[in-house]
Amino acid sequence: MAQMNMLEAILSAQKIMLERDDAVMIFGEDVGYFGGVFRATDGLQSQFGTERVFDTPISENGIIATAIGMSVNGIRPVAEIQFADYIYPAFDQIVSEASRLRYRSGGEFSTNITVRTPCGGGIRGGQTHSQSPEGIFTHVSGIKVVMPSTPYDAKGLLISAIESNDPVLFFEPKRLYNGPFYGNPDTPSVGWDSHDKGEVPEGYYSIPLGQADICRSGDAMTIITYGTMVHVVETAVKQTGVDAEIIDLRTLSPIDYDTIINSVNKTGRCLIAHEATKTGGFGAEILSIIQENCFWKLRAPIERVTGWDIPYPHAFEWEYFPGPHRVVDAINRIMEA
Amino acid sequence: MHNKTINDTHIGDIGQHQGLYVPEPPYRPGEVNDFSHVYIPPVSASKMPPFTAKPNDITDLAYGLIRVLDEDANAGGEWHINIEDDILIKGLKDMLLTRMFDERMQLMHRVGKISFYMKCTGEEAISVAHSLAIDDEDMVFPSYRNQGILISRGQRLIDLMCQCLSNVKDNCKGRQLPIMYSFKNLNFFSISGNLATQFSQAVGWAMAEARKRGNRLATSFVGDGSTAELDFHSALNFAATYNPPVILNIVNNQWAISSSQRIAGGERTTFAARGIGFGLPSLRVDGNDFLAVYAASKWAADRARSGYGATLIEFFTYRVAPHSTSDDPSAYRPADEEKTWPLGDPIERLKAHLIKTGAWSEVLHKALIEDYTAMIKSQYKEAESYGTLKGGGRPDVTTMFEDVFEEMTPNLVRQRQELGL
Repeated sequence: MAQMNMLEAILSAQKIMLERDDAVMIFGEDVGYFGGVFRATDGLQSQFGTERVFDTPISENGIIATAIGMSVNGIRPVAEIQFADYIYPAFDQIVSEASRLRYRSGGEFSTNITVRTPCGGGIRGGQTHSQSPEGIFTHVSGIKVVMPSTPYDAKGLLISAIESNDPVLFFEPKRLYNGPFYGNPDTPSVGWDSHDKGEVPEGYYSIPLGQADICRSGDAMTIITYGTMVHVVETAVKQTGVDAEIIDLRTLSPIDYDTIINSVNKTGRCLIAHEATKTGGFGAEILSIIQENCFWKLRAPIERVTGWDIPYPHAFEWEYFPGPHRVVDAINRIMEA
Repeated sequence: MHNKTINDTHIGDIGQHQGLYVPEPPYRPGEVNDFSHVYIPPVSASKMPPFTAKPNDITDLAYGLIRVLDEDANAGGEWHINIEDDILIKGLKDMLLTRMFDERMQLMHRVGKISFYMKCTGEEAISVAHSLAIDDEDMVFPSYRNQGILISRGQRLIDLMCQCLSNVKDNCKGRQLPIMYSFKNLNFFSISGNLATQFSQAVGWAMAEARKRGNRLATSFVGDGSTAELDFHSALNFAATYNPPVILNIVNNQWAISSSQRIAGGERTTFAARGIGFGLPSLRVDGNDFLAVYAASKWAADRARSGYGATLIEFFTYRVAPHSTSDDPSAYRPADEEKTWPLGDPIERLKAHLIKTGAWSEVLHKALIEDYTAMIKSQYKEAESYGTLKGGGRPDVTTMFEDVFEEMTPNLVRQRQELGL
């Protein structure tokens, strides 16, 4: 085992897959010589050569389109979209092409592309470097959507994503790249060496897509979350002292029904937390699954703590971000109901 | 000089100083059509550079019109390359079969047997000659009017018919509109239905081929209207950047449903000229001239296979057919427009040429039509015996939830159960 931050874990996964599978090619804006603006591909071009790791034009549409085309010719592409906020020019290629190719061709053609993209706020990124658009893509049939919350999960899930013969959108909460973030921007940052899941095997391992992780077992209530909010929720649970069960979804699509349903049926109380905006967000889908499957076991209304339905404002970042105090208040309301 | 060589009036000549300028086609329904504004250079005008030429040295080819067959069906000019009679006769047969197949399927739509159809009437030479000029191993990223490639590569008509009928033998399993074919066995990529998305995918396919040191190339098609899509520009940009073996074809058939090519910005310059800004060799070709389409496609293929990268080709043609069975062109263009198209009909032109050279005859042609009529009839009869969309024989409905992912996900398992399957 080694100590890795999330970037190092993501780099390690890509390096291992480049070594294991000659068909893997990695590309995106600034990912080649420079190694990516976040350094997630640092050193890969010098080790594996420009034909396997290279820079692309600033054309997210072109990046994903060419990745799809490559995959039809035996390649296993890993494309980086520099910020999730910039993914929209590729929307048609992701939604209409990658996600439907297997289906529309009767299974004759398929694409295995992995699209890595940093998401989420808390880095003073303003409305163009902070978005969490995962809910836009979970609505699409035919593409898997993943968002890890720790280095250990990031590496194991990314390896699974690259190995998958389906297209996978791999969202990386960039606030977690260098350390867990517990929701208070005024306290000093801590590194991943302070967290159990900063311990990462140096070699190959994988975590299956579609399996949630119960990161804290409890009986009093269930909190379902993913990404940066996993750590914020842990902070809030500690503050309240409530014996909450925390579920980190890790893969949003396909969703792990059993883990969610079993937990809420056990606890009868549920909070859903995500950083993305509320209306039409993925939390609404989780809430519906619970209402459809756990209604008669519920002892309190389900609540959602999310980002507000506004663009991520630069000067009001921490008023936007669903911090621990909002989670604490919701936990208390749900426990008192 | 360019004013004279492009295909349409020049926006700069219009002198529009006030208000928003919205291009109009030259003529609308009820008006007398006249294509005299379309400049057709003589066959002798097109120079044929070696395929190794530097793109910047051959930009004139983007503004001219590569032609081989003249008005009297004689072949000439520098682009008149040696093509064996066998290939030309196969080309003629494939074009004819494509047209007759289209007519049959259009009829089947009219009588309610299929839900939709798109003919390629008048554009047969582009698919067929291009297909014959490249290798069958080359990967096609098609548009929706490339059925001629499938026919030329030997796909059985019955397979196309079953796809159009969405029946149990439809290899797309009833998931796609008629004509949105996918034939992996013929290196024919799944037709999307979303426009131009395949153009940039073809470039990616070719990039992979370059890395593999393979000898295959990719070829892709878009319409004049679809050149306005983001994907068109991404394709040219990536093709220019990475120099992969790809041919990027624009079928300028003058119309995108009801919008003339002027609405896609076709009034200022040629579509081929789009490639010049990217430093790509760019050819403008008479798309109704089988010999010219073949020669230009061969030139681009030789170039791609020799490591010189992508070529952009504009095939200048006319969409004789309606956009689709859902379209009525009489609502937006003069009724007789196709009859006055100055570059004629691709089948008639090649036929006349081959009769002139002695390789073909009216007798053979008539016999072929009879053969094809009988063959199409019997194949259609068999196709329909497997089922139609309305009349039973659809694919097994339990397959509806398959192929969304490699393995069915829990949400799909649940929903399939909910549907009672």
